[in-house]
Amino acid sequence: MTGMDSLFLIFAVITLISAFLVVTTKNLFHAALWLIMTLFGVAAIYVLLNAFYLAVIQVIVYIGAIAILMIFAIMLTQRVMNPSGRIFNKNWIIAALLGAFMFIGLVIISMQTGASKTTLPQISGQLDTVSELGQALVSPNAYVIPFEVASVLLLAALIGAIFVSRKR
Amino acid sequence: MITLNWVLIFSAALFSIGLFGVLARRNAVAILMGIELMLNAVNVNLVGFWRFSNPAVITGQAFAVIVFAVAAAEVAVGLALVISIYRRRKTIAADDIDLMKW
Amino acid sequence: MSDPINLIANWLQGLLLGLGLSVGLTKIILSFVGAVVVATIGMLTVIFLIWLERKIAGRIQDRLGPNRAGPYGLLQPFADVIKILTKEYTTPDGADVVVYNIAPIMAVASVLLIWAVIPFASTVVGTNLNVGVLYIMAVGAFGLLSILMAGLSSNNKFALLGAFRSVAQLISYEIPMVVSLLMPVIFARSMGLVDIVEAQMPWFIILSPLAALIFIIASMAEVNRAPFDLMEAESEIVAGFHIEYSGMKFGMFYVGEFLHVFTVGALVATLFLGGWRGPWAEQYPILGLIYFYIKTFVGYFIVAWVRLTVPRIRIDQMLDFNWKFLTPLSLVLLIITAVLDRVLVLVNSERWVYSLVMFLANILIIWATVEVLKKTTSKPKRKEFPMRPVAMAPETSTSTEPSS
Repeated sequence: MTGMDSLFLIFAVITLISAFLVVTTKNLFHAALWLIMTLFGVAAIYVLLNAFYLAVIQVIVYIGAIAILMIFAIMLTQRVMNPSGRIFNKNWIIAALLGAFMFIGLVIISMQTGASKTTLPQISGQLDTVSELGQALVSPNAYVIPFEVASVLLLAALIGAIFVSRKR
Repeated sequence: MITLNWVLIFSAALFSIGLFGVLARRNAVAILMGIELMLNAVNVNLVGFWRFSNPAVITGQAFAVIVFAVAAAEVAVGLALVISIYRRRKTIAADDIDLMKW
Repeated sequence: MSDPINLIANWLQGLLLGLGLSVGLTKIILSFVGAVVVATIGMLTVIFLIWLERKIAGRIQDRLGPNRAGPYGLLQPFADVIKILTKEYTTPDGADVVVYNIAPIMAVASVLLIWAVIPFASTVVGTNLNVGVLYIMAVGAFGLLSILMAGLSSNNKFALLGAFRSVAQLISYEIPMVVSLLMPVIFARSMGLVDIVEAQMPWFIILSPLAALIFIIASMAEVNRAPFDLMEAESEIVAGFHIEYSGMKFGMFYVGEFLHVFTVGALVATLFLGGWRGPWAEQYPILGLIYFYIKTFVGYFIVAWVRLTVPRIRIDQMLDFNWKFLTPLSLVLLIITAVLDRVLVLVNSERWVYSLVMFLANILIIWATVEVLKKTTSKPKRKEFPMRPVAMAPETSTSTEPSS
């Protein structure tokens, strides 16, 4: 058990506990705060996996924008301090069973592949993943088309969100 | 020693919790939160595969970046819909929005 | 004796290794010691900053400022701290207790986290992240979060209004801030703050004065200082998000704000004023530390000066200023800088030609902006009120009764 193993386990457990609280907490504001905790835990996992750029982007995009927007929507649509009504709909038992089956199935599949024997390859010192990623995203031989499509998608989402939510 | 399997099981658990949230919660914003959890699980998987296969090939990270963009777009439109529904029907409980049901 | 900080660090490392600790544990302990030292220095600086700000405020407003406790009133902040520590902690009815208590801690932590990546001298730096600039933006998200948590958990409508305003303001001003941060990144070919400082020959404020200006304005909005202190506007929403906090919990927000302004000064110094660069700073790193502090105080003074000079703007003016002026301007600047950079690198220009062209391009953009503004801005329409006499003779007052 090396330092990295124990760190991974600690962050994984924190993340999963807070993820569970996200879907079971009654107060939506608290659920959003637990969601932030989950997203932060995932960012920590990215750091452990040497994806620093993605970790920072995770914090900026998810915590700085998405979670804040969600809290904003919660403020606008609900009385935060005294939540009322049931948390779950009437199908929640089926949903729980489905989630459990999903988890068990995924674990069985991952056990059958060689994933349990794949260990961490060494990262060479001069590999600069940030500039590699930056060049890959704009080079015509790599991912420039998905990148451009994503930007069109963002523009469409921007216009669509304004159109849908404006007052009529 | 940490193996790829750890990452995969972690992301499977995260995905299942998100799936449960999407299927079981009544509140539309909570459903969106569940979708975020599922997208995060996908990203953890992509990063895990990138790190454990060949870090010199950047594919996994590039896909994760695209997923970030999609997640941001999804939340923007989703929350706009939630607010629009709230304005018209004064509720965001998913099982009260049943106009199309018969 | 040219580098006392690393000398102490090495001595401490030798001491810990001599005690029989493993190398990894020694590293962890040293990192903790370093973090504690940086945080403590930051907090102590705030005590001095409070005195300094009150002195500057006094001078600008034609007063003396604090001058009773100690020489030049230097002990005034200590008296304030002791007073604030003895105050009662109150928790409002119906507050969300856990969130309510975490918020002030996060407000300070979000600022202190920025100090982890700032290079204080050529040899003294917390960590050289290769995504340092993005890290600064990411940490800013926690400051926003702390304000939201404070506003939402206080169970107070003024706090909630302050939080609403803060979201609108901070999310808007993040955009020009990020775009202006990209200019040093383009010049230095790196997002790491250490590389950015090392590439500053000449300082980036000469290469792109407009980016520095946009960054300072956007940062002022990020730290909620006047003229952008709408979220705690005393005359409108009493105190905004921290209205329900008392004692040291309020003190944490206060400390966080002052520390954030100081951090903005440090960022301006690092990104645009050459960081620790200066004569003989390479040979004697301790000199670099001094240069860095001087430049930081220059940045701090500018922010304080603007705060004390410009009145608070209205919320619609705040949003208009960002979306209709700062964001388009920063985007134009980014496009022109990127294209020019590409062209100049392709023709293999000398460093001074590169700097000169960049500087001239910035001046040109500023001139064009001023011209466009002169052409397009319309004077605000003044509503004309009919003249009405204040007092009238009694015999005519019955016929011309003012209809209010």
